[in-house]
Amino acid sequence: MTRRRLLALGGGLALTGGLSACASPLASGLTGSQPNTADVIYWNLFTGGDGANMVLMENAFRKQHPGVTLEATVLGWGNPYYTKLALATASGTPPDVGISHLSRLPLLAAAKLLEPVENTGVTDLGITRDRFTPAAWQKATVDGTVYAVPLDTHPFVLYYNVDLAKKAGLLNAAGDGLKPMKGAHEFVDAVKAMKDAGAKYGAAMSITGDPATAWRYFSMIYRGLAGPVVTDSGTRIDIDTDAMRETFAFMQSLTGPGLMPKSLNGSGANVLFSTGKAGFLFDGEWQIPSYRLVKGLHFNVVPFPALLGPKPVAYADSHALVVPRNANRSPERTANAARFIKSLLDHSATWAQGGHVPAWLPVQRSKAFLDQSPQRNYVQAAFNAQYDPVAWYTGAGSDFQNTVGGTIIEVLAGRLGPRSAVAAMRTDLKRYTTARPPVTMK
Amino acid sequence: MTTVASTRPAHPMAPVHTVGQRPRRSGRRAGVLFSTPFLIIYLLFLVGPLLMGIVLSFFNTTTVKDGLGGWVGVSNYAKVLGDSLFWDAMWHSVLFTLITTPLLVGLALLFAILASRIRRGRVFYRLAFFAPYVVPSSVVALIFLWMYTPEVGLIPKLFSAVGLTAPDFIGSTSGGWTAVILMTLWWTFGFNFVLYTAAIQDVPPDVYEAAAIDGASPWQQIRLITVPLLNPTTSLVLILQILASLKVFDQIYLLLGGGPNQSTRPVIEYIYDTGFTSYRGGYGAAATMVYFVIIVAVSAAWYGLRRLRATGTAARAAA
Repeated sequence: MTRRRLLALGGGLALTGGLSACASPLASGLTGSQPNTADVIYWNLFTGGDGANMVLMENAFRKQHPGVTLEATVLGWGNPYYTKLALATASGTPPDVGISHLSRLPLLAAAKLLEPVENTGVTDLGITRDRFTPAAWQKATVDGTVYAVPLDTHPFVLYYNVDLAKKAGLLNAAGDGLKPMKGAHEFVDAVKAMKDAGAKYGAAMSITGDPATAWRYFSMIYRGLAGPVVTDSGTRIDIDTDAMRETFAFMQSLTGPGLMPKSLNGSGANVLFSTGKAGFLFDGEWQIPSYRLVKGLHFNVVPFPALLGPKPVAYADSHALVVPRNANRSPERTANAARFIKSLLDHSATWAQGGHVPAWLPVQRSKAFLDQSPQRNYVQAAFNAQYDPVAWYTGAGSDFQNTVGGTIIEVLAGRLGPRSAVAAMRTDLKRYTTARPPVTMK
Repeated sequence: MTTVASTRPAHPMAPVHTVGQRPRRSGRRAGVLFSTPFLIIYLLFLVGPLLMGIVLSFFNTTTVKDGLGGWVGVSNYAKVLGDSLFWDAMWHSVLFTLITTPLLVGLALLFAILASRIRRGRVFYRLAFFAPYVVPSSVVALIFLWMYTPEVGLIPKLFSAVGLTAPDFIGSTSGGWTAVILMTLWWTFGFNFVLYTAAIQDVPPDVYEAAAIDGASPWQQIRLITVPLLNPTTSLVLILQILASLKVFDQIYLLLGGGPNQSTRPVIEYIYDTGFTSYRGGYGAAATMVYFVIIVAVSAAWYGLRRLRATGTAARAAA
């Protein structure tokens, strides 16, 4: 065989390879068109217990709609997910349905990456304002337009060890909850009582290397006294200095005298609470499934009481379903996407197994959900929810939470006093309020 | 990133060109043809993106929107240069380079010499030292994270077994640096090791033979023959290592996320955080350019120094 012939043969082979690959995702990736591998393409960021529940819900949809194929892709939580969602949508190849934290919605909406809910046809399926937790629906609304269908509310909550609480005399008469308490003083007393009842620490939370948890904890306390730390779509710092100082002082009144460890990471907090060495745990409800696995641990979960302000406040976020904008999406695809969203809402009692409060009231009021304990205890927290301030830089997994949370960790660890911490917070916020926003927000 | 271009050590003497003797036309054409695939890839994936990056750095480009966004002049650069966090991140990259470069070069040299002088199992040792280098960073980070995890990890357990408290590898700045540097040493030292091993094999055996006949001890052979003859390789390894260490990102990002409180965040993570996490592509591009200029300056200075030394040596030899 001559060299030329060999080369020609090779070229021919490469060509046929290219042709047969036309319909594959690889080819569509190279040509920049949207892959058409299923009737509904769905992106989410759930792994672990949430991921398993989501797969159950996807399977329920497949069973319900045998003619509609569904392809679900799980991407890394936080930045990896959001950068891909944004880039895919901006370049015209988005999924049909995606998950978004409501705290992340303002920027996605301002960048016009999302289809307004009214254009997706879900309204005809009965998905309307009056059937959702008001706080979640409110947060799904940006500048008067609804851009997301809330799936849940996941608040920052108070875990307690039932045995220790009983010893400390904190349980109510029925024994199914805590005695009502109000205000910082009563709360600190309760933490002390836990410690006196034999726990190594009255309370514990993940602090070290966990700026997000620090930010949630801070937000819950501070928002009882004051409004969001930034206003005007994140362009103006709006700190209530006294309230913030009071917040930091309260945080140190627990860590300072050793009622709570000053430096503890996530697995450390897990160990302390699991082994009964901490009476309370401050964390998100999404940790419930992992504590259920601990043998011999009797725990319960309730919303935080009012601490510094007159009313209880719950720091929360919501997972929501969005339809990323795609000019080339056919009406049939959109209709399938709407059906899928409705199906996920209908099965959100499965989702609640992960600790979340369903935002879809028909499920939130159903027996399937109300039979779930401790989930039913903190439904009220979903109604008292306070989300991240509206800005292009805030939200779950954002650089903002890392920066601000880092300063709050310094306070919890006792390396920064309340007064200098307020100044540090101001500096942190200034970085973002003075940065040029990537998109203009109203 | 800690991957480096796999360049063989450059020989100290460049091939001599005979002036006035140009290659034949057809030869030149073949040369151009053979280098075309490389040139295309080079233009497409290196020069193109670089030019694109320069353009982006003057616009308010974002990853959430199509197109360049509004023209902002040099204000991105002004902001980057005025941002203390950028310089903090820059310092973290430099600090990492200052600590890891001597260790990675010194240990690689030491172990390459030891492995070359060993009588039995030489192949095994060479393989063992190089093997970690081919493991992906995510896998390495995962394994080390398990070992470092407080309370339950292997290393804290070992510490407590002998009655010591383990440093807080994940939660403290000094512990974080220790953790990342130990991991980097184990992971990447194999590359320099291979370069040194190759260079050691280039040393002619008769030199050692002659030295042995003259009564040189093994230590004298190493000190007076091996190490000086490895000088050109050392200078190459050094610059490759400096550049690779300045580009550190994945280990720190995967192991520590740049924490605690961003005290270990390298400059590439700063670029990632602003350019991708905060969607500010144009600003990220400006930060990249500043960093690019610094890296180019470092390598230019290095080559300048080498040249100076080379001409100095040549002049002395001629005199």
